[in-house]
Amino acid sequence: MTMSTRRKIPAPEANPETSAYWAAAASGKLAIRECGHCSKLHHYPRALCPFCFKPATGWREVSGRGKIYAYSVMRRAETPYAIAYVTLAEGVTLLTNLIDCDFDHLRIGQEVKLVFQDSEGGPPVPMFTPA
Amino acid sequence: MSINGKAYIVGAYEHPTRKAPDKSLAQLHAEVALGALADAGLGKDDVDGYFCAGDAPGMGPLSMVDYLNLRVRHVDSTDTGGSSYLIHVAHAAEAIALGKCRVALITLAGRPRSEGMATGTAPRAGNPGIPEIQFEYPYAPTVANMYAMCAMRHMHQFGTTSEQLAWIKVAASHHAQHNPHALLREVVTVADVLASPMIADPLHRLDCCVITDGGGALIVAHPEIAKSLNRPRVKILGVGEAVKGQFGGEVDLTFSGAAWSGPRAFAEAGVAPGDIQYASIYDSFTITVLMQIEDLGFCEKGMGGRFVADGNLISGVGKLPFNTDGGGLCNNHPANRGGMTKVIEAVRQLRGEAHPAVQVKNCALALAHGTGGSLGLRHGSATLIMERE
Ligand SMILES: [Zn+2]
Repeated sequence: MTMSTRRKIPAPEANPETSAYWAAAASGKLAIRECGHCSKLHHYPRALCPFCFKPATGWREVSGRGKIYAYSVMRRAETPYAIAYVTLAEGVTLLTNLIDCDFDHLRIGQEVKLVFQDSEGGPPVPMFTPA
Repeated sequence: MSINGKAYIVGAYEHPTRKAPDKSLAQLHAEVALGALADAGLGKDDVDGYFCAGDAPGMGPLSMVDYLNLRVRHVDSTDTGGSSYLIHVAHAAEAIALGKCRVALITLAGRPRSEGMATGTAPRAGNPGIPEIQFEYPYAPTVANMYAMCAMRHMHQFGTTSEQLAWIKVAASHHAQHNPHALLREVVTVADVLASPMIADPLHRLDCCVITDGGGALIVAHPEIAKSLNRPRVKILGVGEAVKGQFGGEVDLTFSGAAWSGPRAFAEAGVAPGDIQYASIYDSFTITVLMQIEDLGFCEKGMGGRFVADGNLISGVGKLPFNTDGGGLCNNHPANRGGMTKVIEAVRQLRGEAHPAVQVKNCALALAHGTGGSLGLRHGSATLIMERE
């Protein structure tokens, strides 16, 4: 068993295109960009939908449930950590960390749930932990 | 219109240094330019096109054109990381085919070893204006763990093993033992790779390329110039480029941009993967090689592990001799960008100038492929097919 320890998270720097995403995070919600035209979700959030190239006007508050698509434990770091792609129940895959977990019992396909970790002087950052 | 037969690689030079604390970056660029021009039998004043990428000091080509005191009529500073130099060869061939220049110089140099860069294991902050940075940097992606995730997914989906990946390093080390300039010349075994420290699961230290100072340069020229020079002729038959990313959140780590750039290059060259006698395959990590071999069509998707095992990449032993200089895994990865040395070793093979112990007999058709950026985030791919005339 190799339990993870939390490392310091550098603050993400929001801009006018992404401020609503980080405002949602500050209230404990994961908001994914939804296109007003083709209704597809995409990530990371853009002002113009990367599929139909029309304005992406909506945000969908997602369930926070997902599955590990891929992961790797970075052993050669001061505080080892697990980077991962998680595919949300709603279908979008995002880059994240797996925290509060046993590094030796992670597996692709495993069910995970959303948690937030505070960043250094910025908004909390969405991460995932085994469900 | 095609570039097939419209340009030749007439000069190639790899700097012998692997650690250069006593040289400046611009000096290294100049030394490799001199080496490639001497190899071709040309002089600096013959150069009328200059190509460089983000490793060159200054804004695009401006500082180096001025430093070298070149009088050029065509420049290109396309930067797709380590694959840039293959794209430069492609763009130089296009420019020559259109009459925009006749002698193109491409340089690469860097000093990451002297500068103590933790190239693969330290997250890089990047400019906050880069759109993806705020959604990635907080999670500490590094070169190593992003390639590692590709390996993890490949193992999950296709049953690839660490032993199979290790064979790629073993083959590179068999070649590097004959290269007096290689950083690592010791022959290693599968067991050695598996016993080396874990960097980012499932990649061990010996699954990772070396960090070296140095550089290299190429000269691409018009057919009339190639025919006037007293060197074996290396004709460019086909080129392909591609950029692959995260598809707006529809992430797929099971293939690389080689799946797009490869078929484009083969179509232009009018040859098939089975015709290739020697391949330079980008080897930032063992997994990089395995995925590109599948995507270029040397074997079926998912069968890369079986293809690379048991010495199939060793010259004189296996079906696809690769990276006979020892590659980035053992020989050299100057400036953390391996595309230049990939082209240089392919040129050596086609000229019959590789080390006799690794020279492919009657090597007439070779491929070089590069991947730049991050396989797991976004990367540029470039494929080049060349023929000895
Ligand atoms: Zn849309």
